[in-house]
Amino acid sequence: MKRIVTLNLEESK
Amino acid sequence: MIHQYKLNGYNIVLDTYSGGVHAVDDLSYDIIGLMDKGIDREEIKKKMLNKYEGLKDSDLEETFGEIDNLIENGLLFTEDNFKGQNLDLKKRDSVIKALCLHVAHTCNLNCEYCFAGQGKYHGEDAIMSFEVGKQALDFLVKNSGTRKNLEVDFFGGEPLVNFDVVKQLVAYARSIEKENNKHFRFTLTTNGVLLDDDVIDFLNKEMNNVVLSLDGRKEVNDAKRKRLDGTGSYDIIVPKFQNFVKKRGNKEYYMRGTFTRNNLDFTNDIFHMLDLGFKELSMEPVVSKPDTEYSLREEDLDTIYEQYEILAKEIIKRRRQGNPFTFYHYMIDLSGGPCIYKRITGCGSGTEYLAVTPNGDFYPCHQFVGDKKFLMGNVRDGITNTKLRDEFKLCNVYSRKECENCWAKLYCSGGCAANSYHTTGSINGVYEYGCKLFKKRIECAIMVKIAEAMDELEEEEK
Repeated sequence: MKRIVTLNLEESK
Repeated sequence: MIHQYKLNGYNIVLDTYSGGVHAVDDLSYDIIGLMDKGIDREEIKKKMLNKYEGLKDSDLEETFGEIDNLIENGLLFTEDNFKGQNLDLKKRDSVIKALCLHVAHTCNLNCEYCFAGQGKYHGEDAIMSFEVGKQALDFLVKNSGTRKNLEVDFFGGEPLVNFDVVKQLVAYARSIEKENNKHFRFTLTTNGVLLDDDVIDFLNKEMNNVVLSLDGRKEVNDAKRKRLDGTGSYDIIVPKFQNFVKKRGNKEYYMRGTFTRNNLDFTNDIFHMLDLGFKELSMEPVVSKPDTEYSLREEDLDTIYEQYEILAKEIIKRRRQGNPFTFYHYMIDLSGGPCIYKRITGCGSGTEYLAVTPNGDFYPCHQFVGDKKFLMGNVRDGITNTKLRDEFKLCNVYSRKECENCWAKLYCSGGCAANSYHTTGSINGVYEYGCKLFKKRIECAIMVKIAEAMDELEEEEK
């Protein structure tokens, strides 16, 4: 089980 | 910049400049918080070994590894690379893509908190003619550049008081779409009094979205939303709204309520709307002068925060039960949401979006209508006050010093210029009370999305 679950503005530039 | 908070059993970390959203375990949450304070890793390790009994070095290495991975991928502790972007905003083309047509400055209700003062905007009763509306639509097409999608809101007052002109304007807009390579999206906001089958059929055919005004429970609604004779409107409008929603099918609508100090338990009004069969809901905090008896106050904040949390948990609960509903401010789209340009510039009032009065005057948005300082031009002469337009062009999240260190600035885009003006006297001011509510709503909205994501993960693991 990962400790962090991650659900990009820089790319949207 | 990051923001950390705990809500409904989740540890949540937001990364402001990448838009990253992370659900983390307790150890990661603590470590990220200490890293944010600039504490070095050896010191962090010592603190964690003291705090967590049985913690092993391998646990710490694993956690730091996951955190480093996020940093390397630009999803944690990112820097502000957008600040300079707004320097070019004044040079942007002046393209209009949306109009709010005030087809009626009159109303068949007399709601106590109405910012438009019984729909008259502090002037006389007025109705927009087809000719003025047509000129407005022609202006929109002519000034929309290469934009294909154009929006027109029918607003008031009560727009259905002038229903014939609404129909004529929609027909006219449809007739000029093809030759101009445009697509009109219409919306209409109504108090429901004049909804009948003919109106409903027309709205369902032509309106992309319809906003229906109802405050919730009968006693709450009728205390503020009154007919001209002083009696309440609930018994008249609720059956009409139910008929409308039944016929609406899958097309968009939403119920829009206003809560005040007199119904701080506003989730009960939302639940009442659910009991009535409505599923797409919003409930907005009243914005009023501080000395009105129903205005929201500092001491009400904790109660309102609690209500927003109750609502978020109810959304999760009903979704899990297979009986979902939506709350306007929690319908956040994390993967398909707006780009950074949109997030910096916000609603576009006074630049991309204008309000048009019944006699054809332009204002930056519906909430400035009637204040002559904000008159921008008219449908015949176009934008004549270019100085004011340029002020609005530069009104964005980076024009407000107070927003500089705010984690939520790319979610709110600097807030509402009208609320800022009405509470601070400047469109570049900050309506602090509104900020506090907005931040709480965003925290809840993201928590709802995390609950969805974790449910999906659990399903996959099964």
